[in-house]
Amino acid sequence: MIALVDYGAGNLRSVQNALDTLGAQSVIASTPDGLMHADAIIFPGVGAAAPAMAALRARGLDRALRDAIRQGRPFLGICLGLQLLFDSSAEDGATCLGIFQGTVDRLATREKLPHIGWNTLERVANHPVLAGLEREAMYFVHSYVGVPRDRQLVAAETTHGVTFVSAIAAGSMIAVQFHPERSGAAGMKLLNNFVQYARVQPPTLTLPRKGRGI
Amino acid sequence: MLLKRIIPCLDVAGGRVVKGTHFRQLRDQGDPVSMARTYSEQGADELVFLDIEAAPQQRSTLLDIVERTARQVFIPFTVGGGIREVDEIRVLLRAGADKVSIQTAAVQRQELITEGARLYGSQCIVVAIDAKQVTESDWRVYTHGGREATDLDAIGWAREAERRGAGEILLTSIDADGTQAGYDLALTQAVANAVQIPVIASGGAGHPRDLAAVLTEGRADAALAASIFHEGAFPIPDTKRYLREHGIPVR
Repeated sequence: MIALVDYGAGNLRSVQNALDTLGAQSVIASTPDGLMHADAIIFPGVGAAAPAMAALRARGLDRALRDAIRQGRPFLGICLGLQLLFDSSAEDGATCLGIFQGTVDRLATREKLPHIGWNTLERVANHPVLAGLEREAMYFVHSYVGVPRDRQLVAAETTHGVTFVSAIAAGSMIAVQFHPERSGAAGMKLLNNFVQYARVQPPTLTLPRKGRGI
Repeated sequence: MLLKRIIPCLDVAGGRVVKGTHFRQLRDQGDPVSMARTYSEQGADELVFLDIEAAPQQRSTLLDIVERTARQVFIPFTVGGGIREVDEIRVLLRAGADKVSIQTAAVQRQELITEGARLYGSQCIVVAIDAKQVTESDWRVYTHGGREATDLDAIGWAREAERRGAGEILLTSIDADGTQAGYDLALTQAVANAVQIPVIASGGAGHPRDLAAVLTEGRADAALAASIFHEGAFPIPDTKRYLREHGIPVR
């Protein structure tokens, strides 16, 4: 069973519809308990960082997410669900989950923002969830991007005037800046890859980060 | 590199996709959900549903279309037509729409843009602008499906919509709409140059070369069209092949 993290703002419906189409069972989880019993977690997100973090904390989901990722539960973050994994966001100065060292910065491009539309994945890491997706176009909607301190986290890059990190991965955790649930056949392939990965993947410990002791 | 988007528009009335020029001679084109699915499979980058009746009593029909589409179609889609309140935005987004398009109500009560963007994020607020040419470099904003003139000039209004939090502008030339003689390139270029947010050009597509022109010379980020796709003259794969052959980056 895949838990979809519900903190009251994300558009879970479209992710759940996509999982239904793939024949993968999912449940909406708005409490730490709901996450505890899931085999895998998808953390979708739209909107701004600060209200999302406030909602996560109010429900105790911030701690539950940190625990789940630390335990190596297969995890897929989407859009804001990637950004919130870092220390802090320049978008309203929000303090984020701090699971990975890094910041979330406004995309320093001379091209139009928000970055809305289809853009391609470049230099895709050899990762089961990204298998077969090199050069594929995915649907993006965002103005901010995650900037990991550790370049080892980078699993894909994309260019919009400047090159930015469009996917990160470590252990059983992967997170993407684009919306696979809105990216047609290529997005469905990624979600299906994740569903298959979650089925076979034994928990893989995510490397601890310095100073936080996760 | 960000690709140019091709967006079929589905005008919906009475639960069916219809097509007519300026609300006249409505012709039945098919079932909205199956058309949406077909377009998605053919490589459409996004879809727009426009409720051309915009009648409150028809809203349950529209919501049903939105819900069924969301279960079957995995590309972004926008819903517009007669949206006046943030609560209507909420209901449509919950039903599965990715974005809403607001037009007349945004002109009448500009806070609707601000409120919608604050509550749901700029990414889901598309401000639709219907514009009619007055002089060589001046376009007037019209509301109520192109029937009522306002005091607003299209370029200034696009800037104000952006300032208030619109995530995209859906720009329709009333002069070009229904002519199939090409988009209004000057209008599109003027608005695209005036704002930072993406501009979707609409009105006048009759041939893939029209889309090519508005995506290059017109500086549009996306091209919306209806008849050329619905009537099968230039299906999406053919249109995209044409664009690719002419050096325009598309999916």
